[in-house]
Amino acid sequence: MKYIIKKILMMILTLVVVSLCVFLAFNFIPGDPATRKLGTEATPELIQQYRESMGLNDPVIVQYFRWFTSFVKGDMGTSYNYNQSVASIIVKKIPITLTLAIMSFIIMVGLSIPIGIYTAKHENGVIDKVIMVLNQIIMAVPPFFSGILLTFVFGMIFKFFKPGGFISYEKDLGGFIGYLILPALAIALPKAAMCIKLLRGSVIAEAQKDYTRTAYSRGNSTGEVLYRHVLKNAMIPVITFMGMALADMVAGSIVIEQVFGIPGISKILLTSISNRDYPVVEAIIMGIAIIVIVVNLLVDIIYRIIDPRIEVE
Amino acid sequence: MGDIILDVSDLNIEFHDHDNPETVVFDFDLTLEKGEIVGIVGESGSGKSMSALAIAGLLKRHALTKTGRIMFDGHDLLTCDRETLRGYQGDEIAMIFQEPMTSLNPVKKIGWQVEECLRIHHKDMTKADRKKRAIEMIDAVGIHEPEKVYNMYPHELSGGMRQRIMIAAAMIANPQILIADEPTTALDVTVQAQIVELLKKLNREKGTSIIFISHDLSLISQICQRVLVMNKGYVVETGTTEQVFNAPREEYTRKLIAAIPRIDV
Repeated sequence: MKYIIKKILMMILTLVVVSLCVFLAFNFIPGDPATRKLGTEATPELIQQYRESMGLNDPVIVQYFRWFTSFVKGDMGTSYNYNQSVASIIVKKIPITLTLAIMSFIIMVGLSIPIGIYTAKHENGVIDKVIMVLNQIIMAVPPFFSGILLTFVFGMIFKFFKPGGFISYEKDLGGFIGYLILPALAIALPKAAMCIKLLRGSVIAEAQKDYTRTAYSRGNSTGEVLYRHVLKNAMIPVITFMGMALADMVAGSIVIEQVFGIPGISKILLTSISNRDYPVVEAIIMGIAIIVIVVNLLVDIIYRIIDPRIEVE
Repeated sequence: MGDIILDVSDLNIEFHDHDNPETVVFDFDLTLEKGEIVGIVGESGSGKSMSALAIAGLLKRHALTKTGRIMFDGHDLLTCDRETLRGYQGDEIAMIFQEPMTSLNPVKKIGWQVEECLRIHHKDMTKADRKKRAIEMIDAVGIHEPEKVYNMYPHELSGGMRQRIMIAAAMIANPQILIADEPTTALDVTVQAQIVELLKKLNREKGTSIIFISHDLSLISQICQRVLVMNKGYVVETGTTEQVFNAPREEYTRKLIAAIPRIDV
């Protein structure tokens, strides 16, 4: 109980610090939402009037607290650029980005666990060596490049999908998921390569430990030793990595959305940053921060379930 | 004394993971009778653990060559198929190790580990029966509150407790042979004596034959009826404990006996 309270307090503190950093960053970097909105032709009086009405002339701290109190109440404010509530702008985009991240995660886990176990089991075999070389290459290729490559090969040559022809989830859920498979693959591949390497190493290291000899002495076969004894121990570091990877995928999907022309939150985020539309940026950053924190919390909980040596305090 | 249950003859173990093959055990012979406790004594590197691991079927099949015969229940454990060997491991031939701290799986409950041999070899037993048997066994090795310990994890127990758990897990299927490879070396002296007493008790009550491996000759003299002295891969002397202690034939054995610290009053 004390542990949960401590975690929640830490979570709130993190969110406050993150939101404050975003706010301050907007005050330090050049650019002004009023000029952005009214154009460079606008008279200084008009700009002043607009700034006053938006509360932009108040000290930063006052602005921050105004934003913070309404955010806590569930009001994310109004976009300067679109003159709509922030919630109405991002609410339709979140499912797209979140689906992409979750699909990437599923692909990563689906690839890395069987391949990691296989390569560990057949350490130094031909397939293991081939996979390790491929791994090294895939790890070195950034997702946006593999994204372009996948678009070229599957979109332009094999015509499996129409590049840029995004299908909305409201119209056709199957088509929407189908369209997201390649972008998800582009995000997942380098992470899966790292995860395979980590799991393989972890399984090999655990298989050397004394308790595996005990397991053999009781009549377990190699497979039984692996699945009943080694795997749970070997998963401990891998789960930490997977948690970090999931959090990273939410942020990483922003680049891939651009490459594949997916209208997720990335487009809104990028235009809002250049328009200095801070209510929108704040809301999206807070969303990403909350996801990262929640994922970390989940990893922590799973960790404690798997490894009894970590005491819940 | 009568029935010979294990007959090891001409066992040679040779490593070849480097360029030069290296023999670590030469012409090892051992017979074990039902209910007997045989000691193997020697310095580290004398080949005593290697021989024990070979009997327990725990030496990796590659990187090693083994010649000779290990006859148990009409099968040669060196050449029989893996299925047959696995059928004996844990059920008829059990083993406990030097390091109780690392020999148990850290993420599995004690009960799960104690029951494992039953789960593997006695598939007809119900879950409830297995649990009942495991708790009886934990109790039999002298641990208080066995039901509570059943649900604990290895890190919650001391070294001596863990070695008791290892013994409980090894003995749960009533094996004919228990191989104890330096079972007390990592433990305090008082705990050492308790573990030796426990092994003697189990031997007396269940008739399990024990191969007791140690570098500690005085410990061997407390528990074993017969003893093999090993040096540099060879069995240099063998006989009843009394013979070996009172009238050692080999210079090496005399040196080992002389090395036992004693208090002369």
